[in-house]
Amino acid sequence: MDKVTFDQLQETLYHEELPNGLHVYILPKQGFNKTFATFTTKYGSIDNNFIPLGKEEATKVPDGIAHFLEHKLFEDEEGDVFQLFSKQGASANAFTSFTRTAYLFSSTMNIKQNLKTLLDFVQKPYFTDESVEKEKGIIEQEIRMYDDNPDWQNYFGLIRTMYETHPVKIDIAGTVESINKITKEMLYTCYETFYHPSNMVFFVVGNIDPEETMAIIKENQAGKKFSDQKEIQRFFETEKKEVHEKELVLPMNVNTGKCLVGFKDSNPILQGKDLLKHELSIQLLLEMMFGQSTENYQKLYDEGLIDDSFSFDYSGEQGFGFSVIGGDSDKPQQLAERIKSIVDSFEKTDLDENLMEGLRKKKIGYFLRSLNSPEYIANQFTRYRFNDMDLFDVIPVLETIKKEDLQTAFKEHFITETQMSRCLVTPKGA
Amino acid sequence: MKVGPLNIHVLPSTTYKTNTVFLHMRSPLTKETVTKRALLPYVLQSGTKDYPTRKEIRKELDDLYGATLNVDVSKKGEFHLMSFRMEVANEKFLSDDRPLFERALKLFASVLLSPKESDGAFDKSIVEGEKRTLKQKLASVYDDKMRYANKRLTEEMCEDEPFGLFVLGDSDDIPSIDEKNLFEYYKEVLNSDRLDLFIVGDVKEEELGPIMNKYFKEFSSIAERDQNTVPENNINKLDRKPREVIEEQEVQQGKLHIGYRTNVTYKDDDYFALQLFNGVFGGFSHSKLFINVREKASLAYYAASRVESHKGLLIVMSGIESKKFDDATKIIFEQMEAMKAGDFTEDDLEQTKAVFKNQLLETMDVPRGRIELEYHNQLSDKKRPIEEWIKEIDNVNKEDIVRVAGKVQLDTVYFLKGKEETNNG
Repeated sequence: MDKVTFDQLQETLYHEELPNGLHVYILPKQGFNKTFATFTTKYGSIDNNFIPLGKEEATKVPDGIAHFLEHKLFEDEEGDVFQLFSKQGASANAFTSFTRTAYLFSSTMNIKQNLKTLLDFVQKPYFTDESVEKEKGIIEQEIRMYDDNPDWQNYFGLIRTMYETHPVKIDIAGTVESINKITKEMLYTCYETFYHPSNMVFFVVGNIDPEETMAIIKENQAGKKFSDQKEIQRFFETEKKEVHEKELVLPMNVNTGKCLVGFKDSNPILQGKDLLKHELSIQLLLEMMFGQSTENYQKLYDEGLIDDSFSFDYSGEQGFGFSVIGGDSDKPQQLAERIKSIVDSFEKTDLDENLMEGLRKKKIGYFLRSLNSPEYIANQFTRYRFNDMDLFDVIPVLETIKKEDLQTAFKEHFITETQMSRCLVTPKGA
Repeated sequence: MKVGPLNIHVLPSTTYKTNTVFLHMRSPLTKETVTKRALLPYVLQSGTKDYPTRKEIRKELDDLYGATLNVDVSKKGEFHLMSFRMEVANEKFLSDDRPLFERALKLFASVLLSPKESDGAFDKSIVEGEKRTLKQKLASVYDDKMRYANKRLTEEMCEDEPFGLFVLGDSDDIPSIDEKNLFEYYKEVLNSDRLDLFIVGDVKEEELGPIMNKYFKEFSSIAERDQNTVPENNINKLDRKPREVIEEQEVQQGKLHIGYRTNVTYKDDDYFALQLFNGVFGGFSHSKLFINVREKASLAYYAASRVESHKGLLIVMSGIESKKFDDATKIIFEQMEAMKAGDFTEDDLEQTKAVFKNQLLETMDVPRGRIELEYHNQLSDKKRPIEEWIKEIDNVNKEDIVRVAGKVQLDTVYFLKGKEETNNG
């Protein structure tokens, strides 16, 4: 077992790669009641075209199948896994993102048993035709719920303006039509391909003894057999560099309009420290242009173009990366124009070193605060790990970012002519 | 610890990388004050004497290593709460070890006690800006259908009670509020609200005393007040027949919200029996609602219930296909009848106790959660030390739950359904 200590943060991280390829990470946290564990596969909504395990040819699967599989894994031969966790005083959950499916529990008791339950249910699929059919009604209502959610529609609308072919544009839960095509056989195919331990990470954070915890996980894994797996072949259609379309307007049953502006990475191939540096640079730039302590924010607010819902974010993975800026607005069109002109005029100003220093501090403080949250640590660490980054590099990398790095990142990312698009939600009939 | 009417509660902990300051200001919910209170914290966080604009305040927060300041309003029983929360990094985890906490407290006190004012009025442009924002926030409640349905149910169910008022107030009140009358109300609040300040983090109570007296010294000259008048709760509606309210909108999914009166609140001996009743009935993913509405009947993605501890309400929420209203309500009512008939096992109860205790312990892991738990005791005449909760939970038995179930009464069924032409599910 390796051990890395972060003196300033007063954290120690333990790690081991097991013989079956599973990477296990353990972060002890004194003073916490709860233990939080995630078991995550590098498999999400974008992985819809791949060569199934043991096959020669690629196959394409229906939209939303990774999410469907996430739902169905909770059913076991003996019944419902939620029930089992409850009996052991744990609450379990799961989520599917573009690139990951994570299963998790949090608990303050029976930790050993709960760890085993998490490992066992994820590694024991049990699908029947009947249970697959039954799940369709539940997921249909999940999709309908998102259909009525203007923020979700706005966000996915924006992604659809940016991407023409890349599967990031597919709604994570799929559509009512696509999920109805899903069969038990397809679920097994996806499961066998993507749930091999070598494609997964197990993360435990809490008031635990690292040696003992590692021993439990190792023993559990040693008792199971897995076939060797070569690297998974995934296919993504070539995505053009520039945005797919400049604007999408979605009239919805709402009172208040919404505006999101996106910037699409033109060459999303970065991984590791380069991606971390890129991500942090873009986030600093967004803070400089749109943060609450800027003149721009104050103006937009005073002019009544934004309210407290205004926010911004950048997310990048291999194959896609974009920033999103916006929020509720009575005048979504006008807000989109203003965001564009703020970016355009930022290009002409010189980067203020003092401002940069202040925002660097802010980001460091935010990072420290997020280390209060076991959920954040486990989820974010895993996301970083799948992109060859290390969560605990955030502060060191933040400290090395220079003015020139920001200038480069700005030039590459914030190109209003070709890389910018917008999605507006407007009140129907208004 | 106290500074005049300001009650200070210190919860020392070395678990966190940050220190948290949290103030609850509270007074009874009334039609006359609800909208002003929804506005006031937002005005206060937008400009002070020392930091005259929102931008300057935010700049100071950035310099404090990204300290956060959040304000909020909420309802707890028939009380209306204005809350201010600041969280700041503990410098011992930073390479720069200049102290941050005292500087953060100074800013916090400035927001609370030294607003930007002249001639007994707030800054006009700040107040007008926040009025506009509040108006937009109120309008957009309609856009979040789950929230909208919850608001509508509460309005219908508690139409003659203060609890029926919406937490953000009423759009119609906004035009009559100005920088002068809001400032007058602010002065009134300082003289009459119940004030509880919580500090969670790596702090020592004895060292905090002088700092508190320094930054909150204005309070030392303000008179003490009647500390804990709990408004008369739970207008008795036993004679009222259950009502059904159906509203149509263009939605893909119907929102079914059902309100019950529990006739049990935090002050009652049956409080934990009620919490466990809710756990067996609908609070968790092993509960009757989840199992029967979702897992067995595939009618919904979510079907859950929650308890309002200080008002004595139980609210069921589920998102269903509009034409499945009858099926869903039938199953939900059957689950309630099963609870009343004691149709659940000792195992169900043990499982619920385990999960509920777990949830409590987890809540205590989060600074804000710990404060919320402690605050229950400031909201009620009944005092229950947090340490005793676990014991009280363990003492609940099946008979207690059936007795509580017997007190639970259906009040209002609210359904937000899709219009026929959009109901294509």
